[in-house]
Amino acid sequence: MAKTQVNPTRMELTKQKRKLVTAKRGHKLLKDKRDELMRQFLDLVRENKALREKVEAGLRRANGNFVLARAGMENEAMNVALMAPRQEVYLEMTTKNVMSVDIPVFEYSTRTTDPNDIYCYGFAATSSDLDDAVKSLADLLPEMLRLAECEKSCQLMSIEIEKTRRRVNALEHVMIPNMQANIKYIKMKLDENERSTQIRLMKVKDMMLEQAHHYKEHSAAES
Amino acid sequence: MYKIAVIGDRDSIYGFAALGLDTYPVSEREEAVKTLKSLSQGTYAVIYITEALLAVLADEVAAYATVKVPAIIPIPGVSGNTGAGIMNVKKMVERAVGSDIIFNQ
Repeated sequence: MAKTQVNPTRMELTKQKRKLVTAKRGHKLLKDKRDELMRQFLDLVRENKALREKVEAGLRRANGNFVLARAGMENEAMNVALMAPRQEVYLEMTTKNVMSVDIPVFEYSTRTTDPNDIYCYGFAATSSDLDDAVKSLADLLPEMLRLAECEKSCQLMSIEIEKTRRRVNALEHVMIPNMQANIKYIKMKLDENERSTQIRLMKVKDMMLEQAHHYKEHSAAES
Repeated sequence: MYKIAVIGDRDSIYGFAALGLDTYPVSEREEAVKTLKSLSQGTYAVIYITEALLAVLADEVAAYATVKVPAIIPIPGVSGNTGAGIMNVKKMVERAVGSDIIFNQ
């Protein structure tokens, strides 16, 4: 059953055959791409899950510390303490190509190298709980960045996997069967044409012989 | 050179300022939409957003899923963990694999 109308000609047959070869090759390549993407995605998503659990637990602890710090200090003093941060974080982003998906790789650098620069306030007017809170958050920063990297990669890869999977399925279940059906249809039609030509030729030959030699009259006369 | 932003309710995010991340406290939806838009112009490669705010801004954030920059990452706020972050990861697995094979053990 050919869904699309095709001309049953030899030229069309060659065209369809060539298309089928390309489609099969594309199908194989896309399937390999999907499998490899899936493998990498699963590794990454497992890491993502572990990281997220770690970061969420860490943030819960840090938030708890901040609540404690706020309880021990005046609200204004707290605002003033964190108003002018000394430290700044910069990100350098490069991309890594995984199976034609560009996934980000972050490299972070701080404005100053001194790890104590996260404490941007005088120690006299602030409680030590604030120091603990800021420290707990600072310790979490590398993991948070890794999480960002991981999660974005997972996101991009999941989209790509979905796309690839659709392409593979479309090729496997629609394009290739369609082309095979077309090829079969053209072949049958060509064979049929050839047979009918042959029969016609045989018939014509019979008629010509009959005209030349009058077999029928001879056989009628003999009997 | 990119920077990192944190957006959410003030109580959840003010601590990040000390580390050198840029904090953008927002309380209303309109304000949040506007802030998110201006943050996504290319200065920030990573935007951390509190889960509470993410619930409000889900559609706006979803539009950035396909682009490389910025990465919008949900984090739990001071009001507690709503599970939206892990749900997000779950959804990605479902999208890629077809069914959730990581979390249902």
